Amino acid sequence: MDVNRWYILTYEADDPNVIKFIHVTKEYDRPEPALSDVSFHLLKGQFSFLTGHSGSGKSTALRLAHMVERPTEGEVRASGFSSLRTSRRDVWKLRRTVGYVFQDFRLLPGRTALENVSFALEVIGSPKNQILSRAQRLLGQVGLAPKAGASVDQLSGGEQQRVAIARALASEPLLLLADEPTGNLDERATRGILDLFWEINALGMAVLMATHDLELLRRHPSARVLELDQGRLVYDSAGTEQPQSTGDGTPQPGSDASPDLGSEPDPTREMNAAEVLDSAGEPEPAQQHET
Amino acid sequence: MPPKCSIPPVNRNRPNNTRPDVLYTIRETLIAFKRAPLLTGLSAAMVGLALFVVGLFGLATHNVRLYLETLAERVEVVAYLRDDARTADIATMQASLTMLPEVLAVDFVTKGEALERAYSELPEFNEILTDLEVNPLPASIEVRLRPGSRTAATADRVAQQAALHPIVEEVQYGQEWVDKLYTLRRMGAVTTTVMGTAFAIVAALIIGTAVRIAIFARREEIKIMQLVGARDSFIHRPFLLEGGVTGALGGAIAVLLTYTTFWSVFNYLFIISWIPWEWAALGMSAGVMFGVMASGYAVRKHLREV
Repeated sequence: MDVNRWYILTYEADDPNVIKFIHVTKEYDRPEPALSDVSFHLLKGQFSFLTGHSGSGKSTALRLAHMVERPTEGEVRASGFSSLRTSRRDVWKLRRTVGYVFQDFRLLPGRTALENVSFALEVIGSPKNQILSRAQRLLGQVGLAPKAGASVDQLSGGEQQRVAIARALASEPLLLLADEPTGNLDERATRGILDLFWEINALGMAVLMATHDLELLRRHPSARVLELDQGRLVYDSAGTEQPQSTGDGTPQPGSDASPDLGSEPDPTREMNAAEVLDSAGEPEPAQQHET
Repeated sequence: MPPKCSIPPVNRNRPNNTRPDVLYTIRETLIAFKRAPLLTGLSAAMVGLALFVVGLFGLATHNVRLYLETLAERVEVVAYLRDDARTADIATMQASLTMLPEVLAVDFVTKGEALERAYSELPEFNEILTDLEVNPLPASIEVRLRPGSRTAATADRVAQQAALHPIVEEVQYGQEWVDKLYTLRRMGAVTTTVMGTAFAIVAALIIGTAVRIAIFARREEIKIMQLVGARDSFIHRPFLLEGGVTGALGGAIAVLLTYTTFWSVFNYLFIISWIPWEWAALGMSAGVMFGVMASGYAVRKHLREV
C-alpha cells in the first residue's frame, strides 16, 4: 500500500521550520497586491504574533499558510507541504497538521460543545471507540469540561472560542493558525484565550496569531512579532527586517541577532509593534520564551 | 533552537485511515433525509414521474414489439402453382425449398383446400363460390420463414428460389407490408431510446438540483470538514449515497406507477403484457446510477468552488 507515500513525496520531516514564506506575493483583482514579496520562517514550537492594520494582509497570509488560496508568486510551505507541489486533492493532509481558529468561531450551531469536537475527530477518521473520550479530554484541555453537554449557542464568546480551539487541536497539529481569535471577545475572555494559546504553545505546538490588538503583544513580550503593512513585512522581532532569505529557503533558526528595531520608522505611523514592545520592556528573542 | 518540547512536535495523526467509513456515510444520509423529508420526497417523486414516462415508453415498446412479432410470424412466401403441375414436381419443389436455411416449414395447399379456406375466411362470398362450376383457386405451396429471417430481403430471396421452378405461376409475399412492419419497429425503438434518454436526463437534473440544495443547507458543515482536514471522498460519500437512494426511490415509484398503468389497462381496456422484470430492474439501476452521478457532479463542483 502506498498509504504513506504522500509523506515521502511532500513532507520534509526534518525541516525545523513549520512555516516558510519565500518571496510570496498574492494579488487579487485589485491594483495593490494583498501581499508583496513577503519572506519569513517560523520555527517549530515558536509563538508568533502577526500584526498590522486591518487590510495589511494578515488574513491573506494565514489563508495561504492553510492553502485556502495559493500565492500568485513565490512559495509557501506549511508543515512541510509546499504550495507548489501539494495538489488540491492533497490539501487535507496539510490541514491535519495545521489547526485554524477564526474570529467568528465557526462552530456548528445547534450542537453541543462535545458534538462540535467529536465531529472534527470523526471527520479525520479517529477510531470510533476513542472519539468520545478524546473529545472530552480536548474540552478538558481548554477548560470546558463542565460545559461539554451545553449547546454552543448558549456559551459565551470566550467559551465558544475555547470549543473552536479544542476542535483545532483534534488532529494534534504541529501548528495553530489563529485569525484575530480575540477580536469578538471582551477583555477578560481575551486574556483567558491568550493564556490558553500560551499553554498550548508550551506543549510544543507552534502558534501564529494574527491580531491588530497591540495590547496582546505587550502582554507577551517574549513572543516573536511579525508586522505587515500594506502587504509588506515591515518588522520582524526575530531580527531580520525582510529576511534576505535566498530562494533555497534555508532557515536561519539560530539567527536571533539583536532585534533591529530602529530601521526606518515611519514617523507618520501610529505606534507600531516595535514601539509597543519597546514600551513594554526589553523584547527578547522569541525563541527563548518558556511558559 | 526551538523552545523546550516535552512532546516532540511530530504529527502523530498521519492520514493512514483510508478505510471508507460506511457507518458514517449511512448515518449522515439518514440524517439528511430526516432533516429535509419534503425535499427528498419531492425530488424522489419528480424523479419517479420522469422515469415513469420512460416506463410507459418501455411498456408501449414491449407490447408493440410483441404484436409485431405475431404479425411477423405471418410473413410467408406463397407460390401459386399451375393447374397442370404434377405431383412429382410439387414434391421436388417442396424438398428443395425445405433445404433452404431460412425456411421453417413448407406446406402444400391443394385446390380443394384453398376453396375450403375461402369458404371459411370469406363467408360473404359463399354464394358466389357455391355457384362456381369449376374451382378457380390455384393450388399453392406456402413457405413459412424461421424467426429472425422474416425480413423483406429473405422473403425476396426465397421467392426467387421458388419462382425458378417451372410449375410456379406466381409468387407473392407482400413485400411492402413486410417493409412497413420493420420501419414501424425501428421507429418504435428509436422513439423509446430518444425519449427515454431525454427523461432520464430530466431525472438526473432533478437529483442534481436536490443534492445542490442539500449541499447548500450543509455548506457550513462542509467548510468545517475541509478546515479540519476531511478527505474530499469523505465529504462526497453521504451526498453520493443520498443521490443514489433518491434515484432508487424514484425508480421504485416509476416501476409502481408503470405497473399500475399496466394493471389498469390489462383489466379495463385490453390485454397487454408486462415488461420483462429485467427491464424494470435496469430502470431502477439506471435511477441509482443517475442519482450517484448527478450528486457526484454537484458535490465535486461545490468543493472546487469553495
